[in-house]
Amino acid sequence: MNAFVRTLLDAAADVERGSPQWLAETRRAAREDFARRGLPGPRDEPWKYTNLRALESRVPRVGDPDAATRVVDVAGFELPGCHGPRLVFVNGVFRADLSQVGALPAGVELGPLAGLLADGRDSARAVFAPEHAEPGAALARLNAALATDGVSLDVAAGVVLEAPIHLVFAGADAGADIAWHLRHGIRLGAGAEATIVEQHLGAAGAVQIGNLVEQVALGAGARLRHVRIQEAGVDATLVSRTDLVLGAGASFDAVALELGAGLSRRDVRLRLDGEGARADLRGAAVLRGRQHMDAQFELRHASPGATSEVRWRGIADQRARAVFGGTIVVEEGADRSDAQLSNKNLLLSPHAEIDTRPVLEIHADEVKAAHGATVGRLDERSLFYLRSRGVPESAARSMLTFAFCSDILDGIAFEPLRADLGQRLARHLPRMPGDGA
Amino acid sequence: MLKIDNLHVRVAGREILKGLSLEVAAGEVHAIMGPNGAGKSTLGNVLAGREGYEVTAGSVTYQGQDLLTLAPEARAAAGVFLAFQYPVEIPGVNNTYFLRAALNAQRKARGEAELDSMQFLKLVREKLRVLHVSDELLHRAVNEGFSGGEKKRNEIFQMAVLEPKLAILDETDSGLDIDALKLVAEGVNRLRDPARAFVVITHYQRLLDYIVPDRVHVLAEGRIVQSGDRDLALKLEQQGYAWLAERKLAGAA
Ligand SMILES: Nc1ncnc2c1ncn2[C@@H]1O[C@H](COP(=O)(O)OP(=O)(O)O)[C@@H](O)[C@H]1O
Ligand SMILES: [Mg+2]
Repeated sequence: MNAFVRTLLDAAADVERGSPQWLAETRRAAREDFARRGLPGPRDEPWKYTNLRALESRVPRVGDPDAATRVVDVAGFELPGCHGPRLVFVNGVFRADLSQVGALPAGVELGPLAGLLADGRDSARAVFAPEHAEPGAALARLNAALATDGVSLDVAAGVVLEAPIHLVFAGADAGADIAWHLRHGIRLGAGAEATIVEQHLGAAGAVQIGNLVEQVALGAGARLRHVRIQEAGVDATLVSRTDLVLGAGASFDAVALELGAGLSRRDVRLRLDGEGARADLRGAAVLRGRQHMDAQFELRHASPGATSEVRWRGIADQRARAVFGGTIVVEEGADRSDAQLSNKNLLLSPHAEIDTRPVLEIHADEVKAAHGATVGRLDERSLFYLRSRGVPESAARSMLTFAFCSDILDGIAFEPLRADLGQRLARHLPRMPGDGA
Repeated sequence: MLKIDNLHVRVAGREILKGLSLEVAAGEVHAIMGPNGAGKSTLGNVLAGREGYEVTAGSVTYQGQDLLTLAPEARAAAGVFLAFQYPVEIPGVNNTYFLRAALNAQRKARGEAELDSMQFLKLVREKLRVLHVSDELLHRAVNEGFSGGEKKRNEIFQMAVLEPKLAILDETDSGLDIDALKLVAEGVNRLRDPARAFVVITHYQRLLDYIVPDRVHVLAEGRIVQSGDRDLALKLEQQGYAWLAERKLAGAA
């Protein structure tokens, strides 16, 4: 057993002792499971391209005792249109002083999960229900043993929440290596609608491991729009897993921009459970330095007439590595499914690496499905064209890189937010010419 | 302004330019004509600094400096402009954004103040107006989905905005109807100036009715094989390039 696993198991035992009875049992099972499995390794297929060996020797403090008083730059939270409900977590700890819930429409319950754990309400139980038993889900299991807070959102049937819910996860330098764990539960009743803007940010130098697990359930005809902006600090490791279940006619539209973290892993497991459900997932990972990002999607068509589309872009410069795994499963009986998956990648340096693995499994009839992955370089003719007009090479490269992935932002309906993300993307690219004064 | 001396260029292992010499003085318009595959576009690309065009001998001096050592963007900042024979489509890069980035990068390199978006837009609208180009062009991605004629017009529009010192037009007239051709010619003529020079590569003497050249050269097999005044263009139009081969045979005999 390595130092990392031992450290986290010790912490898990403490958390378990302080847990209400209904939860203590779940935690114990999770802890024992993690003790048995340890960190995922190369033998676990879904972790083939992401090596966690660097974690093994780390002995992070679990939780940040001073998180409540850490100073964070609140200006960094400002996003267009995000002036309504906001929950802020710093180093995994809820900060009421930075958060605002305000007046929510009747039928909407939003708040930190911690408050719901003591009395074991159904919604809290649901958040801890998944077993995450499959190989490779060890970190999600660990999360069940350690997470004591997170976000809980319930939107009752038919309620339409206009203002986006802004969730902020900030990493602050704790002066030492830390690990934090959060767990979210999001449930939209039949016909309910909501928008979530999830933002990760942090300073360079903040050495930490964030581990997030999220359960999302959308009732019949519900609609969830999700925007994720990941600008975690470059010394942060971020592991997050989302499991979604979509009822009949429900729809989920997600746009993700992965720019930060030294090492990040994003797992999305989505089940189109009801007839005619629809999912549209887009995102781009734009990496440089020694950044490593691994995005793993699994979409399961479990009912007839469901539609899914995944568009993911990976861009790796310098010594960065972008990994993509996309699996579409069309189960027996899920006839008339429409599933499209595309992963396009851009390799900007001979030392960068791209790994992509699209998989399609079809067990139904009359299915329209397509998947494809490409890895390319910047087009030399385009580069020369821009340079011949006077654009310096580095700026020309950035312009073409921006062009390669910016269309994923078209999935954001609210224009000012889309523009803001475009600017964040541009700032992330070297010497990208600005819009200027 | 431009002095090309005994230029030899290899592309993909093959020698394409084989001792090309050409001198262009400020204020002049030179036309270069010649059969397909003669090396006309190669010349344009070498002058603009495209990679993969290996100069094995000879020199190119532009405004007193060795042009061949400069990066493409530095050549642009020094005033060199190539209107491409086949302008590339660049989806996702907005035409206006690109052109402003280009102009400001050039200005910055020359130590001039950059234009803010208001100043730039004013300049662009002015140029659009005189070239009779629709401002719809500004909102589109660089050349994306443009017709052949629109692409050529966009090249001339960029030239008008960037105001180069030495403009090389590579078959900008090919595939244009007479109205579009007049627009291209007008774009060039408006920029004609004692401090500016043009190298106009063309297949058709038609363009030279509108852009009257000071000199006409015939480029064949990687060399300037004949130079003359406007009449040479008319002769080429009437007789084609066949006489070149005969002339060569005669020379060899
Ligand atoms: N990038 C290139 N790679 C390989 N061959 C080339 C390239 N560019 C030009 N050539 C070759 O060089 C010769 C001259 O081409 P080009 O300069 O385009 O002629 P022109 O413009 O006079 O028609 C042709 O034989 C062409 O095939
Ligand atoms: Mg040519």
